[in-house]
Amino acid sequence: MIDASGVKKSYGKRPILRGIDLLVEDGETLAIIGGSGCGKSTFLKSVIGLVRPDEGAITVDGMDITRLRKEADIAAYRRRFGYLFQEAALFDSLSVWENVTFGLRYLTDIPAGRYREIARDKLALVGLKDIEDFKPSELSGGMKKRVALARAIAAEPSYILYDEPTTGLDPIMSDVINDLILDLQGKLKVTSIVVTHDMRSAYKIASRMAMFHEGKVLAVAHPEVIKISNNPYVRQFVDGLSHGPIKMKLKEYEPEAAETQKGEA
Amino acid sequence: MRPVSFVGEALLDMSEQAGQLAFMVRSAAVWGLRSRIEWRQVLIQMVRIGVESLPVTGMTMFFTGMVLALQTGASSKHFFNEPLFVGTVVSFSIVMELGPVMTSLVVSGRAGAAIAAELGTMKVTDQIDALYTLGTDPIRYLVIPRVLAFVLTLPVLTVFSDFIGVFGGWVVAKYKLGIPTSVYWSDIFNNMEIRHFVHGFTKSFVFATVIAFICCFKGVTTTGGAEGVGKSTTAAVVISMASVLIMDYFVTAILVALGIT
Repeated sequence: MIDASGVKKSYGKRPILRGIDLLVEDGETLAIIGGSGCGKSTFLKSVIGLVRPDEGAITVDGMDITRLRKEADIAAYRRRFGYLFQEAALFDSLSVWENVTFGLRYLTDIPAGRYREIARDKLALVGLKDIEDFKPSELSGGMKKRVALARAIAAEPSYILYDEPTTGLDPIMSDVINDLILDLQGKLKVTSIVVTHDMRSAYKIASRMAMFHEGKVLAVAHPEVIKISNNPYVRQFVDGLSHGPIKMKLKEYEPEAAETQKGEA
Repeated sequence: MRPVSFVGEALLDMSEQAGQLAFMVRSAAVWGLRSRIEWRQVLIQMVRIGVESLPVTGMTMFFTGMVLALQTGASSKHFFNEPLFVGTVVSFSIVMELGPVMTSLVVSGRAGAAIAAELGTMKVTDQIDALYTLGTDPIRYLVIPRVLAFVLTLPVLTVFSDFIGVFGGWVVAKYKLGIPTSVYWSDIFNNMEIRHFVHGFTKSFVFATVIAFICCFKGVTTTGGAEGVGKSTTAAVVISMASVLIMDYFVTAILVALGIT
């Protein structure tokens, strides 16, 4: 279980997270939706400890990442997670199988002699075959995402964090990735957080959805509830309208307006 | 912007970066002592820094040695009517000063820039963050191997440069100035002692450490996409070259004070 309470983060004078309270239950897939710059990715990076919040707590299985200081403790905490980066973030200088098994050296005691076999198995799980010796530069965008997904699950984490898994992919490949996420969810029984602004993807893979706006959680609900929400912020976002209460940097932030609309979903 | 606040902000920025660099050096020392060294990465970097820099370093030092011999010969001819001590001047200049400095400048322009660009690209494409999520650390996996590779390779490259430079001097001494080979080499061996070699060799260790840390630091602190990579690469080369020249004075002063001269 991931329990975030009162998480705040600012970059200089610019607040990104203004007090996030969110609970992710074991085994569920929570999709975080929201416009660009609303703090989705910053929150995801806070969960795995890549960003240190200014205030608040993020507790995973009893360990609060915001209180961990020793590198060994932070490494032990991160061991539970797999992370899929928006642009895949594969290591250019390594082959596909070396990328997939990279974390095994540091996260597990598996002997190096088994790495190739494990890479083959994990690549098969994401629907890839016979590309072990390719370099990332030789792969298409969808294949890179799948290799990155294989890397994220290689050390068999309990939690998988997806940062925009379908961004930059064509609709068919996006759906392939969605199916993969659902498939892995069924096979590995992991808890997942998916940051996305792809509504089709969110509806398909999420067991619950949380909408962020201006660094706060605006609504948390089942996808079917989000679909019929009357909250004008949620409505505008899921319908993809340029006109509405979300100004998308066209106007100054209006905190009072956001506050009054919160919880109406 | 007012000049005072501009200077103030620049000084604050420099101080902040110097502090961050100091933290990186400390982290590298801690990781280096505590964890397994990534020797495969060290070897890969040694090839990139050392072997691939040999041609350009050799060419630079060959011509430097030739120019030194030509200048020395011409000057001594002007004063003494014949070229005197050409071997001595060439060898002392190269072994104690130009060998370590020129090699460091060339390698920082070639390998240092490559390191800053590679690490900078890794930073802006989230590959550095990926290292954290996969249970390691950029200091351990990227910085320590590069620093070790620099420290192990640059002194060897410097010795190679010394020989090529002195050889370049001999080519000019023999074929341009008409100095017999035996005279050129006896000029060198009659005057040069092991401490002169230690002087240059010590400098190359210091320069290697300085260049490696600056280029790695500028790489892993890159922000701002492709433009940021360009800026940090340029900054890495300029700062490391300037640092080599500045450090050269202070290291020389210390070595002179210790009598290694």
